[in-house]
This record gives sequence, C-alpha cells and structure tokens, in this order.
Amino acid sequence: MSGMSKIVKTMTNIIFPIIVIFGLYVIAHGHLTPGGGFQGGAVVASACAMVLVAYGSIWTMDKIKEKQLSLIESIGAVSFISLGLLGLIFGAMFFNNWFANSNFFLFGEIASWTNTAANINTAGVLPLMNFAVGLKVIAGLFAIVLVMAYATSKIKGGKQ
Amino acid sequence: MNYRNFAAWIFLIVVAVFMIFSMFKIHDFGSLDDIDTSMDDHIISNAQTETGANNAVTSVVFDYRGFDTLGEATVLFTAVAGVILAFRRLKK
Repeated sequence: MSGMSKIVKTMTNIIFPIIVIFGLYVIAHGHLTPGGGFQGGAVVASACAMVLVAYGSIWTMDKIKEKQLSLIESIGAVSFISLGLLGLIFGAMFFNNWFANSNFFLFGEIASWTNTAANINTAGVLPLMNFAVGLKVIAGLFAIVLVMAYATSKIKGGKQ
Repeated sequence: MNYRNFAAWIFLIVVAVFMIFSMFKIHDFGSLDDIDTSMDDHIISNAQTETGANNAVTSVVFDYRGFDTLGEATVLFTAVAGVILAFRRLKK
C-alpha cells in the first residue's frame, strides 16, 4: 500500500483533470493571453507531480516509465528545432515566422486588431512552437520529479 | 592575517568601491535620457502586425528572440538528461 490516504487520492482524482485542462488552455492560448508553452507545461507537470505525491512513486512508475517521458520530451525538442529549420527553408532565416498572416488554413488567418476578442487561428508558427515547448516541459519536469522520487523511495527501502 | 583573509578583504573593498560608484551613476527610474529604445519601439509598434500574435511577449520569445528560447529548451533537455543519468544507478 503506497501513497497517501484515501481522502488525498479522491481529491487528487477530482482536481487533476481541472488542472490539466487549465494548463492545456494556457498552452493553446499562448499567442493570445499571458502564458505560453513553458508556463502551461509547468502547470500540467505540477498536476502530474500531485498524482506522484498522492499515489506514491512506485505506483506512478508502474503506470508510466521515464523512458516514455524522455521519448515525449525528445519529440517536443525535435519538433521545436524542425519548426525553426522550416523557417530557414520556407522563410528568410532561422526561426522565421513564415506563414503568419498568409491565409494558411492552420493558424494562418490574417489577424484583425479592431476586434477585442482575439482570433485563435492566427500567429503562424507561434502556436505550434508553444505546443512543442509545452510537450517538452510537461515530459521533462515530470521525468525529473518522477526519477528523483523513485530513487529516493528505493534508498529508503521502498516504504513510499 | 593569513593569505585567504587578505584576499577576501581586497575583494570586498574592490566590490564595495565599484558598487558605491555605480550607485551614483545609476539612471533615474523610468527616465529615457540616454537609453537606446529603438528596438523596444519597433517591437511595440510592429509585433502584432508582423507576427499576427496578440500576445507581444510570446511574439518576442518565440519569434524575435527564438534563438534564446532554443537555448532555454536545451538547458531543460540537459537537466532532464543529467538527472536521469545520475539516478539511473539508484533505481536498481
């Protein structure tokens, strides 16, 4: 029996999806509202750390291995760098925002500043970079916390 | 007074003199007298139309200074790789 009491586990089950949805909202609206990939990723990673505290590191390590997390983090890093290299190919330079305001179907609509309600389908490559960095921060921070907690519980003799 | 104490006093005096002189040369808060603001003005007036993003901070972080964000992501990647490498032995 690892982890904390049943009350903490139940409250974690209730709160966890709300925090994850808020973090994904911060990531997805990174080009419109305050926040972005790093901040939203930190929010989601802290929700995962809450699960880690409530259920114990051995249970969490059974559900998801740190190899999968580092794979997800590498996918985020590679997609971030390749988005920058696509700017080198299609645009003028490295990290060029090459399809902003170009009527591309994805995130390419021409933004209008007269309307106070911002259009989410704008800003070109910025939302894609936000998603890549968000994926990277979620997996990276959770991998750090998970590996450290698992190693500590192993040192203490597998009590937690 | 041994050698380390003497070096510490020299270091303290140099830093203190430097800090006191730089305190008198500091700008007034918010004054734009001899500060170059051309980059700020360009970003403030053109960020929304050039990048199409409503959030000017994100357009700076991911577009104008995208290379800096790449370094930041590299720092995070290195931290994760180092932690997993350091704690790999302890898992067994």
